[in-house]
Formats: sequence, C-alpha cells, structure tokens
Amino acid sequence: MMLIPCPFCGKRNESEFIFGGPVVAARPDPNAVSDAEWVEYLTIAPNPLGPVQEKWWHARGCGEWLTIWRDTRTHDIVEAPNGSE
Amino acid sequence: MFVLLRWITQTLCERKSVCVRVNLFIDEFCSLINIVTTMQKYSLFSLARNALSGHRNWPLAWRSPPLKDQYEVVVIGAGGHGLATAYCLAKEFGITDVAVLDRGWLGGGNIARNTVTIRSNYMRDESIPFYVKSVSMYEGLTKELNFNMMHSKRTMVDVVQTWPKLRELRRRQLVMDIYGSTYEQITTDELRRRIPALTGGGPDARLPIICGMVHTDAGVNRHDAVAWGYARAADAMGVEIHQQTAVQSLIRGADGAIEGVETNQGTVRAKKVVVAVSGHTTTLTETAGLKLPLRTMNLTAFVSEPVQPLVDVIVNCPDSGFYFSQSDKGEMVIGGAPDMGQSFRRDIKQNVFEDTVTSMLSLFPSFKKLKLMRQWGGHLDIAHDASPIMDQTEVPGLFVTAGWWGGYKAIPAGGLTLAHLVAKDEPHPLMSSFTLDRFRHLDFVMEAGTTTAR
Ligand SMILES: Cc1cc2nc3c(=O)[nH]c(=O)nc-3n(C[C@H](O)[C@H](O)[C@H](O)COP(=O)(O)OP(=O)(O)OC[C@H]3O[C@@H](n4cnc5c(N)ncnc54)[C@H](O)[C@@H]3O)c2cc1C
Ligand SMILES: [Zn+2]
Repeated sequence: MMLIPCPFCGKRNESEFIFGGPVVAARPDPNAVSDAEWVEYLTIAPNPLGPVQEKWWHARGCGEWLTIWRDTRTHDIVEAPNGSE
Repeated sequence: MFVLLRWITQTLCERKSVCVRVNLFIDEFCSLINIVTTMQKYSLFSLARNALSGHRNWPLAWRSPPLKDQYEVVVIGAGGHGLATAYCLAKEFGITDVAVLDRGWLGGGNIARNTVTIRSNYMRDESIPFYVKSVSMYEGLTKELNFNMMHSKRTMVDVVQTWPKLRELRRRQLVMDIYGSTYEQITTDELRRRIPALTGGGPDARLPIICGMVHTDAGVNRHDAVAWGYARAADAMGVEIHQQTAVQSLIRGADGAIEGVETNQGTVRAKKVVVAVSGHTTTLTETAGLKLPLRTMNLTAFVSEPVQPLVDVIVNCPDSGFYFSQSDKGEMVIGGAPDMGQSFRRDIKQNVFEDTVTSMLSLFPSFKKLKLMRQWGGHLDIAHDASPIMDQTEVPGLFVTAGWWGGYKAIPAGGLTLAHLVAKDEPHPLMSSFTLDRFRHLDFVMEAGTTTAR
C-alpha cells in the first residue's frame, strides 16, 4: 500500500485517497489559442516512464487536495507536497 | 461427419469445458481435409508420424534468420496485434518483406498476461461492428491458422448490483441489437440457477443483486496459441520474427518521414514502421517528437489452483469490481479493477489484490477455500476516450495501433484492418472511426465507463 503524505494528516494509506489525475497545464482561453493547442490541452497528458506529477484528494480523511510526484515504474513518491514532512 | 463431431464436442465444451483433449483430436482430424499450405501442416498424420519417432522430429514452428538492415515494413512488437498485422500484410496484401521486432520473446507481453475474455458488448455504433467482426474471426481462427485455439464460446454473464450500471448496460443493449451482438436480461433466480456458486448478494447484502445480463457471443481461448499460431503462419509466408531485438528510437529522414528504427542489434531501415508495443507506445513515439492522447495503466489478474468444473460461463461483476472464468485446466482466472494512477509496473499491488479478493468473496463466499497460485500484472495504454487508436501518424510512414485496453479480443480484426491501412494507405471501413482525426475534431468515440478502466 502506498503511503501518501498529506500536509495535515501525515502519511496515510492510499485507500483513504481518491486519484485526481495527472497535473496538466492551466486551462487556456479557447479563443486565444490555436485549435491544435486547444485539442492538446483537452486530450494530452504527460505519460512518462518515470516521475509524474499528480493530484490526490484526501476524501476519506481531512478533505485536502494535494500534489505529489510519483515514479510510474516503482510507485515511489519522489516528491511530497510542501509541509507534509 | 467432421461437422457432427465438432458440434458434439463444442456442445460438450460449452457445458463442461473439460474436453480439451477430444477437441484437439477432432481438430487434427478436421484439418486433414484442409488444403495443405507451405508450412508443416499439423494433422492426425503429422501427430501419428511424430509420435512414432518419439516427438523428436517436429520442425521448428518459425525460423530465426539473421536481421537484415532493410525491410519494406518493420512491425515493432511481437504481441497479438503486431503478429496479426504482419500475418495479414502477407496473407491479404502480399507484402512479405516484413520484420517483426520484439525486445523480449514472442508472445511474452500482455498477450501472455491477459484473461482471454472475447466479447462484443460495447456502447458505440463505431465500436460494436468492429468487435463483432473480431469475435467471429476468432471463432474461425483454429482453421485459418491450422493451430488449435481451444476456442470455447461459453457466454458472459454480468451480475448487476446497481441501477446506474443496469441503465448503462441497457443503453449498450439497444445499440448492440442493431449490429447483431446480443444482450439479454435475466432475473436473479435465473442468474443463481446458472451460477450456483453465486450465493452472496442477497437481500441483506450491501449491494443486493438486481438482475443478470447475458452476452452469449462471449468466449475464451488459449492466448499462447494465438501468438504462436499467427507467428507460425506469418513466418511460413516469409515474414521474419526477431526476438531479443529492442527498438530504442525511431529514425526520421530530412523530409520528416519515417526512415527506420534504431535497435540494440543495429539500424534497420524501412519506409513503413508500425508501432504495436501496447503500454509503451508513447515511450517510443516520443522519440519521433510525437504526442499522443494515451496514458499507461496497470491491470492485474491471478489464478487459483485447479478445481472441478464449477462455473461454465464468464462471470463479470462490474459493480463489485472483479470478473472470472474457469480455465480448461480448472483454475479460476480472476481479474480485478485497474490501479488508479498511471503505471508501468508489471506486478499486482497488495491492496489491489486484497480489494479484488474481498469483493469476490462478498458474492462467492465459498471461494475462500480456494488456494491462489499465481498473480501478475501488465501495463496497457488507454486513449483519452477509451477507444483504440489505429492510424498513420503525422510522421509519414509511421503507423500506431494503441489504446488497447481489453485489446485481446480485438487482435484478429485489429490485424486485418491495420494491415489494410498500412498496405493501401487508407483506413479499412471497420476502423476508420478509430483514427487520430477524432481528437483533432473533438469527436470522441466514448467508451469510457464500459470497460474496467475508470
Ligand atoms: C491482467 C490483464 C488482463 C486482460 N484481460 C483481457 C481480456 O480479458 N480481454 C481482452 O480483450 N483483453 C485483455 N487484456 C488486454 C490485452 O492483453 C491487451 O490489450 C493486448 O494483449 C495488447 O495487444 P498485444 O497483444 O499486441 O500486446 P503485447 O502482447 O503487450 O505486445 C507488445 C509487444 O511489444 C514489445 N515491445 C515493447 N516495447 C518494445 C520495444 N521498444 N522494442 C521492441 N519490442 C517492444 C513487448 O515486448 C511485447 O511483446 C488484459 C490485459 C491484462 C494486463
Ligand atoms: Zn489529510
């Protein structure tokens, strides 16, 4: 079981969290970017063989949303959110 | 007479799924009357002849020729999709100067790790005809490849425990009806009659069973036979299969078009390159500067010790998050929900494993006596809308077949339609909706939610 570091609760079982997907670029104004850029924003997420930045929601805990860097090859958390340790 | 024998054994198989040996024998017998191709024909005669010489003289099923530095087509990945594509390039389009490269051994990827459920109960007008075609091609594959697929068309039964799931399955039923795929609702009593081991999910359970949905087209077969059968038949037509040949990067020419691949065995040139690496698509396409709407995730399975025939259908419990079928050997082959985040791991995480077992025991409490023998995982890529991607990319000459979440069932039709695209440079009508254009136009073929992937 992965232990996910929550800034409020410390390391908690992954089963207390809901996965929120990888972190992607901020939503652009569709009228200000090209069609290709808009499509890329909507459909493409980084898929690295290595660390990926992602959001988790401590839904069965304090309710905080947090961001970690997790290695997709090992599931080791390689960078924890600020204030969690 | 052959037809009659076939029918009898098939009928037995559907009920009991234990007549493998009889079936093998009948297959050998039936193939006697087929036209002899160039490869060594597996038949009753070849079986008898080789038995007499102590099975020491069987010819190799495929060659291992030296790697040339140039081919007309290079296919990366000797899994189901890569091998079926190579086979169809040779068989349907006469293109035999083809090399299939695999970094491991042939058929050692996800095709060796999947739970062999073959079905066509999808949601969209674009998907269902494709899967209907693939299921029917699987039913004829033993004959087509002269290799016993141990195909067992045994029906899949969904155990429905929530109203939203029932509504979702009814929506599928309406579309499936149009294309000749089957879904039929049955009562809980009928469900329990067909699956006696299903004793959980009663009125006091957290999720009482509402009804069952029956998909009679579904079946299972033998995954190794699919890989080996396609490999042997492709090899016989001149296709070369190179194992232990890892592609490190894709090579583009000055004009931007594909020129070949860099491998651990040297450079191989080709004007057409097919990426069929399931799970590793983006790792490779990024070397050509491409971005694709794919994410890689981990899916897992485990099997029990062999037991007496207990369940003669594929049981799918989408609300509880597991499914299983009983193999010809008697093992329960059990699959669960995927891990949540992206993953390139090939094992099963303990909590995923425990969650799956817990939900299985809630519906099948007697299974707690089963000893579990093996557990494993694979990593698969899934597209933004959960439908497959088969297309020539914006790099001219570079083709991808990807997003095969549950793509074992799709191998025969996937190979046929991709070979069509590679040979003719235009999509086969059955897969023209699965190209990358749908993302450019934000016109998704939304199958998200109809698979185990969340
Ligand atoms: C646990 C589990 C259960 C599943 N259950 C089902 C099911 O019940 N029904 C269903 O329809 N589908 C199922 N699937 C999905 C199915 O297995 C895949 O969709 C399908 O096998 C993918 O196509 P493939 O056979 O071509 O892939 P693979 O067999 O994975 O072939 C890809 C090949 O590419 C090779 N490769 C990778 N990178 C490189 C490189 N750089 N150079 C050279 N070679 C490379 C790999 O070694 C591999 O052999 C399941 C998958 C898993 C993991
Ligand atoms: Zn918390």
